Amino acid sequence: MTTAILSGLRVGFAHAMRRSTLTIGLTVLAVFVLAAIFAPLLTPGPPDVLDIGRRMRPPSSDHWMGTDEFGRDVYTRLVYGGRLSLGIGAMTAFFSAIFGVTLGLLAGFFPVLDRTLSRVIDAMMAFPDILLAIALVAALNPSVANVVLALTVVYTPRIARTVRASTLVIRELPYVEAARALGVSSGRILRVHVLRNLVSPIIVQGTFVFAYAMLAEASLSFLGVGASPERPSWGTMISAARSYYRQADWLALYPGLAIMIAVLSLQMVGDALRDVLDPKLRRSV
Amino acid sequence: MIGFLAHRLGDMLAILIVVAVMVFVVVRVLPGDPATILVGDNASPEAAALMRETLGLDEPIPVQFLIWARNLLRGDLGQSIFLGEPVLTVLAQRAEPTLFLTLMAVMISVLIALPAGIVAAVFRNTVIDRAVLAFAMMIASVPSFWLGLIFISTFAVAHPWFPVSGYGAPGASLAERLHCLVLPALVLGLIKSALITRFTRSSMLDVLHEDFILTCRAKGLGEWAVIMKHALRSAFIPILTIIGLGLALLLGGAIVTETVFALPGVGNLVVSAVLRRDYPVIQGALLVIASVYVIVNVAIDLLYALVDPRVRLR
Repeated sequence: MTTAILSGLRVGFAHAMRRSTLTIGLTVLAVFVLAAIFAPLLTPGPPDVLDIGRRMRPPSSDHWMGTDEFGRDVYTRLVYGGRLSLGIGAMTAFFSAIFGVTLGLLAGFFPVLDRTLSRVIDAMMAFPDILLAIALVAALNPSVANVVLALTVVYTPRIARTVRASTLVIRELPYVEAARALGVSSGRILRVHVLRNLVSPIIVQGTFVFAYAMLAEASLSFLGVGASPERPSWGTMISAARSYYRQADWLALYPGLAIMIAVLSLQMVGDALRDVLDPKLRRSV
Repeated sequence: MIGFLAHRLGDMLAILIVVAVMVFVVVRVLPGDPATILVGDNASPEAAALMRETLGLDEPIPVQFLIWARNLLRGDLGQSIFLGEPVLTVLAQRAEPTLFLTLMAVMISVLIALPAGIVAAVFRNTVIDRAVLAFAMMIASVPSFWLGLIFISTFAVAHPWFPVSGYGAPGASLAERLHCLVLPALVLGLIKSALITRFTRSSMLDVLHEDFILTCRAKGLGEWAVIMKHALRSAFIPILTIIGLGLALLLGGAIVTETVFALPGVGNLVVSAVLRRDYPVIQGALLVIASVYVIVNVAIDLLYALVDPRVRLR
């Protein structure tokens, strides 16, 4: 009896936690996205206003997060920096999902293509993500489009692998067999019967790719092959702060926290969505 | 087993060939011309052309690939354009810090993750479990270079217990060199522990639902013995996979951390090679790192098959 009550309490607790995880994650994410979109309304001026007389001032009532080595307001740059960091993450997730889903569906549904595609996917996944991204960005010259392109190349195989595995399972389900017996074309089966059942794992994976891509973008900026040295991104801000961290540790602190909180909220959303969308996983994950 | 072995090795070979082609393609997409960089901006176009010829860069791309592949099979990864030494030698010189760093980081991550994951699984859906998961998720959201900077300012500047960066003066003793690796290994180990913790937890949860665990409890075994002796032993194989893959990825993936701590490792070598457009070094490093990953992957698969005969039948 006590065990039953206890396990009931546990399930209730887990359920409540999942709900609050999703709510908190989505709220924080919404705040970040809105702040990036409405940056001009939330900041006293453009992010590149120089004020050499006020270099590296610690946080004060004038400058909430202090000023950087050129006297620029750190808070303003942080809000504008979200545009690049979040934008690159979102675009990478979008394009990786499109290419990954296409590759994964083809590999999972057509055994003829699977041999070649699977090997290409495996080979691509053999490169540590930052390594492949840095080589590609350097090859293509740093720009926003090329960073998105490089990160898309890195994360496409990850989505493709998940989609392929699910497609292999769905392909064998009785209703797909029934559709085939009725003479439905492969293209229609893929679109209507397979893809529709893959929507939730794709959304979940896309959320995680969004999070990882933001971390990767920051790493690339830090290594000096980021999207743009002039426009602020959280990664470039930390990279610039590196030379001054002894005198001014707030320069690295706030952009680092911004990355962490944004990535954390994305992971919370992804985790909660996975639980909500796939009840089978509730037991273990 | 022999059929399985042949099948997996054939797979591995195919993937390695694809890796080699991809490495070649990625590197040859690079728009910069190493010959021009090498002879300097003031040199005449003729000098650059001569240099291109010496480097074999004037041949058509497919011919360049064939030459490269032939040399590869002979174990010749080419000469570094900037360092003037064989790529293999350059890689070998940089291997030690990366290897030690990886081993230390993996050790730290396992020391954190195994106990954390087991505790979370045993106390599933309680405050303890949630706290472990929340911490793991937080750690997985931290940019590694940022954590590195915080560690440097805390444990190297504010409290000078560890060196700020580098790998000791030339001729430093092994103890001194390892001392330099503590902070970077902590950064990598902490971040890596997030994934292993979650994996240990879910792997343990899967096992704890099995009938044989019920049998163990029914025959009166203590909870500690059930978890440590029976559950962990079966849960350990998948955990080992994640640890092995983590090891393989770190061998090439510590790029950012090596840069923050200015460690003369393989990752650092790749970054400088990319910035100098040192084709042969980039190619060689990418190829070696990806191959290590593929080979470790297959080795884990084979170990799996050895331990669990059901795998061979798939």
